[in-house]
Amino acid sequence: MRLTQGTFSYLPDLTGEQIGAQIEYCLKNGWAVSIEYTDDPHPRNSYWDMYGAPMFDLRDAAGIMGEIQGCRATFPNCYVKVNAFDSTHGVESLRLSFIVNRPKNEPGFALIREEAAGRQIRYTTRAYATDKPEGARY
Amino acid sequence: MGTHAEAKTITDAAARYKAGVLKYAQMGYWEPDYVPKDTDVLALFRITPQEGVDPEEAAAAVAGESSTATWTVVWTDRLTSCEQYRAKAYKVEPVPGSPGQYFAWIAYDLDLFEPGSIANLTASIIGNVFGFKPIKALRLEDMRIPVAYVKTFDGPPTGIVVERERLDKFGRPLLGATVKPKLGLSGKNYGRVVYEALKGGLDFTKDDENINSQPFMHWRDRFLSCMEAVNRAQAATGEIKGHYLNVTAGTMEDMYERANFAKELGSVVVMIDLVIGYTAIQSMSKWARKNDMILHLHRAGHSTYTRQKTHGVSFRVISKWMRLAGVDHIHAGTVVGKLEGDPNSVQGFYDILREPVNPVNLTRGIFFEQDWAGLRKVMPVASGGIHVGQMHQLITYLGEDNVLQFGGGTIGHPMGIAAGATANRVGLEAMILARNEGRDIWNEGPQILENAARHCVPLRAALDTWKDITFDYASTDTLDFVPTPTAA
Repeated sequence: MRLTQGTFSYLPDLTGEQIGAQIEYCLKNGWAVSIEYTDDPHPRNSYWDMYGAPMFDLRDAAGIMGEIQGCRATFPNCYVKVNAFDSTHGVESLRLSFIVNRPKNEPGFALIREEAAGRQIRYTTRAYATDKPEGARY
Repeated sequence: MGTHAEAKTITDAAARYKAGVLKYAQMGYWEPDYVPKDTDVLALFRITPQEGVDPEEAAAAVAGESSTATWTVVWTDRLTSCEQYRAKAYKVEPVPGSPGQYFAWIAYDLDLFEPGSIANLTASIIGNVFGFKPIKALRLEDMRIPVAYVKTFDGPPTGIVVERERLDKFGRPLLGATVKPKLGLSGKNYGRVVYEALKGGLDFTKDDENINSQPFMHWRDRFLSCMEAVNRAQAATGEIKGHYLNVTAGTMEDMYERANFAKELGSVVVMIDLVIGYTAIQSMSKWARKNDMILHLHRAGHSTYTRQKTHGVSFRVISKWMRLAGVDHIHAGTVVGKLEGDPNSVQGFYDILREPVNPVNLTRGIFFEQDWAGLRKVMPVASGGIHVGQMHQLITYLGEDNVLQFGGGTIGHPMGIAAGATANRVGLEAMILARNEGRDIWNEGPQILENAARHCVPLRAALDTWKDITFDYASTDTLDFVPTPTAA
C-alpha cells in the first residue's frame, strides 16, 4: 500500500526541485519549517519524532533542503515529513505538511474487529510494521 | 403612515403617551442623529414600502415592530426605560439601481437580547416584522453582532484549526462526496459507496439532508454499515476518514440517541440539517463540544428565504448566526456549481465564516465591520454540481480552508467510485502544488490538470467526461454595489 497522509501523497514522489519550491512558498508566507520522522505510521500517531526544532530562524530554502537531506540520510527507512508552522493569531498551527521520504516497502495496516453487543464492532487499526520494536520496523 | 414632514419624535411626554395611534417615527423609532454604541446590535434591512409610505416611517416601523412597539400607544411603556429599549432606525438610503427599495440601518440595545440565544435574537429581528402590512417586502441584508454579544456564544465546537489537527490534514481543501442515489439504497449498499469513495482518496463522505430513518434503511443500519466502510478505508490508506452521519430526527431525544450511537461507533463527525431549528442546532453544538465531535450542518431549506433579493434573510446573516450557534461545517456555495451563488456574495459568506475580523466590503456584500473576538472558524462546504475540471476555479474563488464535495463527480465516474475519488484527489493535489509553486492556476489550470492526468488514468477519464460541463445561469441574489460577474 501507499500511505496517503500529507498534502501531496497522491502525486508521484516529489523531486528535490519540487520540494524546494514548496519550501520557498512556506518561507514567503513567513511560516517556520520543521522536519519529523517516524516508523509508526498509524493515522492517529500525532507525535512523530522531531528532527531538530522547527527552523524559525532559518529563512534559506537551500539550508532547509540540507536538513531534509540529513534526515533522509539518517533515517532512509522511515517516513519523513516536512511541516510548515504559521504562528499567526487564530491559526497557530500547521499550514502545510507533506511526506518527502517513505520506506521502500509499505506493508500497511490490519483492521482488527472485535465483535461487541448487538451488531456493533469495535475497530482497531494496527500497522503491520509496529509488530516489531521501534528502530527495527522497516 | 405619512409624509417625511411628520416623521419627528414627539418629545413632550404627555402628548407622546396620550392614548391613540401615532406614527412610528413620532414614537421615537426614527432617530437620524443617533450614534450607535459599540455594544449595539446593528441590522441592515432592505425595505420596499407600500405606495405612499415614506421610507423613514417604514424604517421606523421596522425598528418598532422588531423591538418594543405595538400598533397603538401604551402607557405601560412608562414603567420601563423605554428610550433605551426602543430600536432606532438611524439611516435610510435608496438602494442603488432599485427604485422603490431602501436600505435602513437599525440599532438595538444589547439588553434586548438573551445571552447566547439565536432563538431569542431572531425572535426579535425577524419575529413579526416580515409580515407587516405597510411594507411590501423586507429583507435582512446584514447584521453587526457586538463583541459583548459574540462572547455569550460558544461558537463552533471544533473549528477549522482543530479539525485539521484532529484529521491530520493540512494545506489543501478537504474532499467529500454525498452518497447517491440519496434515497433508496439499503444499508449494505450504501456503505459500499462510502468505502469505495474513501478508499479512493476522499476525506469524507456524507449522508444527504433527507436521509434519516426510512423504510429502505433505518438509521442504525446505516450507521453500522458506514462505520465499517470508514474503518476499512482508514486501514487501506493510513489516513483518518469520516462519514457525516446525519442525526436529524423528529425530536431532540431521537437526535441525541443517534448522535450517541455515532460516538460509540467511533465516528469523528455527525451531521444535522438547518430545518431542525436554531435551538436544536445550539443543543447539538453543545453535545458535539462535550463529545469531541465535528458538527456538519446542511443548509436544507435556506433558499426559501435567502434567494430572492427583496424579501427574506440573506445567507450572510444565516452564516453569522450559524457561526455564533456553533457548527463546524456549513454548506455555503460553490460559485461554479449547479446551485445559486454569485461569486462576490459567496466569497463574502466564506469571509464571514473563516476570518477573525470582517472589514466592511461592499463588493462582497458585507455592510458592517464584524469582530469575531476569537470565536472559532467554520469550515465552508462547497457542494452541488462541481467536478474536478473546475479545480482551478474552485481554489481561486474559495481558497483552501473548505470541503469540496463532488457527489456525482465521484460516484458517476466511468471507471467507478474509487477511481472517481482518486481523480478528484490527484486533481486537487496537483493544483495546490502548482499554486504554491507560484503558477497562475486561473489561466494554466486546465493545462495543470492535463499534465497531472498523464500519470493518473482516472483523472484523464474524469476530464474527458466532464470538462465542458458548466452551469452558467444569471444569479438571483446579486449585489447592489458592483456589476455581477459570472463564474467562469
